[in-house]
Amino acid sequence: MTRRHGVLFWAGFAIVVALLFVAPLVLPPFWRRFVTEILIWGLLAMSSDILIGYTGMISFGHSAFFGVGMYGAAAALLTSNPPNLWLALAYGLILAALVAAFVAYFATRLRDIYFAITTLIFSQIFYVIIFTSTAWTGGENGLTFDQPKLGFGETLSVYFTPTTLHWFVLFVVVASYLLLRRITQSPFGMVLQSIRENEPRTRAIGYPVERYKIVAVMLSGLFAGLAGVLYAIQNQFAAPDFVFFLVSGETVIYNVIGGIGTLAGPIVGAAFFLLLREGLSRFLTEYYLIPLGVIFIAMVILLPQGLLGFARRWLNQ
Amino acid sequence: MGVPLDQILIQTINGVVTGMILALVASGLTLIFGIMDVVNFAHGELFMLGAYVGVLTLAVTGNFWLALIAASLLIALLGAAIYLVTLRPLIGRDSLTTILATFGVSLVLQNYALWQFGPVSRKISEPIVGHFTLFYLDYPWYRVVIALLSGAIIGGFWLFLKYGTVGIWIRATTQDRVMAQAMGIPVPWVLTIVFGIGSAMAAISGVLFGPFGGVDPTMGLNWILRAFIVVVVGGMGSLGGSIAAAILISLLEAYASLWVSPSQAVIVSFVVLIVTLLFRPTGLFVATPK
Repeated sequence: MTRRHGVLFWAGFAIVVALLFVAPLVLPPFWRRFVTEILIWGLLAMSSDILIGYTGMISFGHSAFFGVGMYGAAAALLTSNPPNLWLALAYGLILAALVAAFVAYFATRLRDIYFAITTLIFSQIFYVIIFTSTAWTGGENGLTFDQPKLGFGETLSVYFTPTTLHWFVLFVVVASYLLLRRITQSPFGMVLQSIRENEPRTRAIGYPVERYKIVAVMLSGLFAGLAGVLYAIQNQFAAPDFVFFLVSGETVIYNVIGGIGTLAGPIVGAAFFLLLREGLSRFLTEYYLIPLGVIFIAMVILLPQGLLGFARRWLNQ
Repeated sequence: MGVPLDQILIQTINGVVTGMILALVASGLTLIFGIMDVVNFAHGELFMLGAYVGVLTLAVTGNFWLALIAASLLIALLGAAIYLVTLRPLIGRDSLTTILATFGVSLVLQNYALWQFGPVSRKISEPIVGHFTLFYLDYPWYRVVIALLSGAIIGGFWLFLKYGTVGIWIRATTQDRVMAQAMGIPVPWVLTIVFGIGSAMAAISGVLFGPFGGVDPTMGLNWILRAFIVVVVGGMGSLGGSIAAAILISLLEAYASLWVSPSQAVIVSFVVLIVTLLFRPTGLFVATPK
């Protein structure tokens, strides 16, 4: 039974990845870009699922990690000549990890609602810092920079085309997905899930719950930072808007819509949200959040397991 | 760097005035949390909509106090409606889901205001135009009145909780929901009323704050963040703690703005929060839990 399950899973996985791989070859430029963006936001949402879905902690502060990854990449691309892709990744990830360690140290002292509020406030701290230190971050205007080349050293490097950029993003997202899937199935991931199910009991068994939580937040922040780096490379700018907590809120929405605790669900949620936004904003311009908010509330009340969870249950019947 | 004493005094008064408004916002939030275990993310939006109702009533009637009453009544009804539609179905589910639902409500309300009223800031004119001389400044009486009025509302609310029949029901529901129901208290109605009262408090603060900074669709964001900080620093669900924390944070921010720009002064309240989390995660102004 489980074996058949596994075969089905990998077959589905291969089909989805194959579809995403050929997508840029057949889609018009606008939608090509759109699919790449869905993957990046999906990675951000997936990183947050480690906390929401697997550890039972809602983070309203993922915009901080995402934004810091973005600014880290910006710093690397502005200071290196020619702009270096690997340096951007390294700077972004290191900065995101540092910020995540800082936030984790304080926020994990609190549980449930308090954790959510504290992460929210911390993300706003970074927003204010980035917004006001105009000399380094460009303040409200943000930073613009050149896209790095893809390659190793001087000889083997090529400029990104939209298609190769899409493949690069797809590669990073799929690798992250496999890695996170492996982590959630590891003994470490099991402890996280046991914290979600029953924290006092997990502690009573003898696991240092706080340390596990800190590592979970850091891991989650690291992947959120990775998403920020990718976004910076795709769009060649970093702006304080991406550190603002509404981005964190949208990340939570992707998770809830797609289905928490599934890793793939948040990507589905991001796709659903962004497609709906695209469709709605044609009629409603910037007020698309009114119907989207209503849909979100309805899903929280009526469909708490999300689209993927719902589909899974429906398939199982 | 020496700062003249008169400036410190002025900032003290400013800090207390904004602190009282903040206390009013935060006590609505803490009331809803303490009694219903609901973190109302939409509280800032109720604050903002209250201010808009104030603007509109003022435009029609020209009477500030009428606008204040209209705003509190309308937003109380709106709050009760929000509770019935979005939060009541969530009773019995994880309290984290209420954050999600109210976050959705806040998105809807904020964008509704943007759609209805546009992004341009509107003004509420001060109902009391008198000034008194404070050193070299003409200090408006209105600010002092606001501080007193906020204090009076919070005090009145405290008396209501202590002696009013519904107030006693509310406290009973906080202590033990099941037992309160068994004693014949209409618990579902009490919860709806609490949400309505909390919303009305947000709306009143919105109208009172209107003359200071103007009314625009995003004004709620700023306040909800500061109110969250206050509620965490003061101890969640503790009314007295919220008031003390609100004044403390506003004072510190007011002093900080003597040296740095107001947008950076916010960092001071963040620091207070971090220090609180480090040493007293349950809140500065509550007794240490046994």
